[in-house]
Amino acid sequence: MKRVGVFICHCGTNIAQTVDCEKVAKMAGGLPQVAFSTDYKYMCSEPGQQVIINAVKEHRLDRVVVASCSPRMHEPTFRKTLEKAGLNPYLLEMANIREQCSWVHQDKEKGTAKAFDLVKMAVAKVLKNEPLSRSSIPIHKRALVIGGGIAGIQAALDIADAGYVVDIVEKEPTIGGRMAQIDKTFPTMDCSACILTPKMVDAASNPNINLLTYCEVEKVDGYVGNFDVTIRHKARSVDMNKCTGCGTCWEKCPTRVASEFDMGLGTRKAIYTPFPQAVPNKPVIDRENCLYFKTGKCGVCQKVCPTGAVDYTQEDRLETVRYGAIVVATGFDLFDESVYGEYGYGRYPDIISGLHFERMINASGPTMGKIKRPSDHTEPKTVVFVKCVGSRDEAKGKPYCSKTCCMYTAKHATLVREKIKDSQAIVFYMDVRTPGKNYDEFYQRAVNEYGVQYVRGRVSKIYQSHGKLIVRGEDTLLGRPVEVEADMVVLATAMVARGDAGELARKLGISYDQHDFFTEAHPKLRPVETHTAGVYLAGTCQGPKDIPDSVAQASAAAAKVCALLSREEMPTEPVVSAVNEAVCSGCGLCISICPYKAIELKTISERVHGKTRERQVASVNTGLCQGCGACTVACRSGALNLKGFTNEQILAEVDALCL
Amino acid sequence: MKLAYYPGCSLSSTGIEFGMSAPVLAKALGLELWEIPEWNCCGSSSAHVTDHNLALALPARNLAIAEEAGLDVVVPCAACYARLKAAEAAVRSSRRTKEEIEKIIDRKYEAKITVRSLLDIIYTEIGPAKIREKVLRPLEGLRVAAYYGCLLVRPPKVAQFEDPENPVSMDRLLSAAGAEPVDWGYKTECCGGGHPTISPEFGLKILKPIYEEARYAGADCFVTACPMCFTNLDMRQKEVGKQHGTVYNLPVFYITELLGLALGFEARELGINRHLVNALPLLKHKGLLHPVKGGRE
Repeated sequence: MKRVGVFICHCGTNIAQTVDCEKVAKMAGGLPQVAFSTDYKYMCSEPGQQVIINAVKEHRLDRVVVASCSPRMHEPTFRKTLEKAGLNPYLLEMANIREQCSWVHQDKEKGTAKAFDLVKMAVAKVLKNEPLSRSSIPIHKRALVIGGGIAGIQAALDIADAGYVVDIVEKEPTIGGRMAQIDKTFPTMDCSACILTPKMVDAASNPNINLLTYCEVEKVDGYVGNFDVTIRHKARSVDMNKCTGCGTCWEKCPTRVASEFDMGLGTRKAIYTPFPQAVPNKPVIDRENCLYFKTGKCGVCQKVCPTGAVDYTQEDRLETVRYGAIVVATGFDLFDESVYGEYGYGRYPDIISGLHFERMINASGPTMGKIKRPSDHTEPKTVVFVKCVGSRDEAKGKPYCSKTCCMYTAKHATLVREKIKDSQAIVFYMDVRTPGKNYDEFYQRAVNEYGVQYVRGRVSKIYQSHGKLIVRGEDTLLGRPVEVEADMVVLATAMVARGDAGELARKLGISYDQHDFFTEAHPKLRPVETHTAGVYLAGTCQGPKDIPDSVAQASAAAAKVCALLSREEMPTEPVVSAVNEAVCSGCGLCISICPYKAIELKTISERVHGKTRERQVASVNTGLCQGCGACTVACRSGALNLKGFTNEQILAEVDALCL
Repeated sequence: MKLAYYPGCSLSSTGIEFGMSAPVLAKALGLELWEIPEWNCCGSSSAHVTDHNLALALPARNLAIAEEAGLDVVVPCAACYARLKAAEAAVRSSRRTKEEIEKIIDRKYEAKITVRSLLDIIYTEIGPAKIREKVLRPLEGLRVAAYYGCLLVRPPKVAQFEDPENPVSMDRLLSAAGAEPVDWGYKTECCGGGHPTISPEFGLKILKPIYEEARYAGADCFVTACPMCFTNLDMRQKEVGKQHGTVYNLPVFYITELLGLALGFEARELGINRHLVNALPLLKHKGLLHPVKGGRE
């Protein structure tokens, strides 16, 4: 005879206002094999947990049902309580009578009836629970950071400082990311390069950090503590060991192409480093544009290289490395502004994006920090800024706020007023959102001290006439249309996920939202973890962020990585699939259905009619299995069962509800 | 390609040049037009300010006849097109509307056929490349301001043709015919519709920047596919010019007139001699009235 204890939580009034907890507890007392039941105001609190521990001892309970919130909230809490009470933590079942009952219903009578049904099911299931035990897996003490922007650099530095080896994989020839493209940073106006480049050098000189630039993640196998990551080293055509970064090659290279780093405002050579402070300061050859690779002629860079570093025969190289933890910090892309046909981006050269403007005002940028119209290189006197281009626009763009545009537009407008005499800076806005430390003060300074004009309203159309850009919009505060003759227009375009974010997420087995931003495990309580153990998030790949937020998140992710790597081994979750080898036919259907690549075939030998014969059966890698249960559904012979959620347990719940 | 043809009332009155040039051009491009028998008014302007069902039922009756014949409908007039397309969209999107409309018109109409503008057919089905092949009288030296107005491409979800902010179909067709389309910012601005008649002060104010922008862009003339735009730009031009002490002298053409001219038809058979802003001197000056070698039968 099993002895079940049922504990009903009021969650203050969260549950109690729609569920008569006392009544549910009383009714639960009458269920078969329930030896004890009670209710309490806050079951998760210290005294609440003590109620459970005492009851287990007093009433010799061997199984526990807690009816409270979602198991995602407090299952770990109550499992620990059971351990303290001397029970196997997996002899616990939770009935979710908050999120799935009290929060979604209003009628107390019906709510109470439903809560009791949920409790009844949980009791039926817990009677079939078996004690489960955790095993442990070793932790490989090396971390991988994907993406070498400010978030990736910060995470790598923090992990390296704790004494662990970190590799940064960066697909560009240099680390630095978006922050390297930016000129000044709000709200302090300190130069981006002055605070970023020292960090880049720190990363390069840290003995624990390996920079794998011009590399990409090809494949990810394994699981927390033991990821086997295949990295593609793209052919640089330059021997990194021989090259000294002297620059002779790119000075002599005859091919000029538009520079991606300068957003097409400037040019670079076919053999190049993206910018002068690049780390490593060693070039790569852009084979698509290189004369030698296109025509077989030229070869100037090889001839002039004093150390013989240029190597046209280099090929991509694959390397597989084992890591204990992975930080994803792949950053963002910009929204395609040409979606807004009415703004004429792409048709009129003097309509640029915020990032173009950053390159333009950068002292080492293509215009040496001078603000010039791209069309005729004259100094614009009237500059119009349009905010929320792509952000907060469900019709054409993205519904979310890109978070940084209000601040960088205030910064740009301030710089226009500061750098150009007799200039006018006009900002069209929906709302001004400045909820950061010293942010609103910065915006107020732009308005009050720099005389930036803010017009509340959206721009409906921009067209060119008489050498000016005519910006037509509405001043919604005055309630009338406005038209501005501008010399240049800067569009504050939305931050969007990287184009290949979905692909990377599938390689890593992490989830992403409808906008392709990677999803954190919990929006409030686990903001840097993913649902895949051992994979962490930092920076804008998780959602729009500014530099302070990216850096903070990177350090948080690094702390999580260090906590993981500080252990020799870690316990695994025992809620995994198990194979009944006697029934398994070895069809392999479960292998293709498993999203975590946790199942493979193994050969077993068995004796049938006195003869030994060999056959293949499925085998679950408990380190990789995440307990999703997909295989148990796919299995035709019913050989697979999910521990803690066995077919018998689920059917017991159904019976309890329906019979 | 055989299509049901809905000319609408403008094409035999204020927009008679469109009514003359559209069938001539269609025939030359291999389009077989089957005029919807006993077609009725599309209800433009007056119906949809009177009654919602009336505004849908009027065009729906025409579409029902075409559907019986199993033909897609081609409409030259942008205003008619907008109404017919709106009826099609309404019937497609709601079963209840469909039943209601069928009851009113006492015919079956399931919106199985598609309404398309003549410009759409010429641009999408024939295409600039084909036009280029057929040109006998290239419109060399003619700088044109393609004026799409508001109805042809909007609302984009209903019209389902072209970029609503920067349409290019007329520009590309005219380019293929040898003309030089100018880049200007008033391609899709409203011409004022009926306002110049009802409220001249307001209506004429809307027209002025259209003339100004076209002139600034260096255009010799306007090209449109809408009888409302045509009438406004053609008829009010002198008056607006007078108000501002200038003479614009910017002839207005239907796209079918200019393409017809390029294909070798004579100005007279296309109706080009009927404009209020006399278009013949401009064409003569550009050398576009000379007889075509071999000629057209």
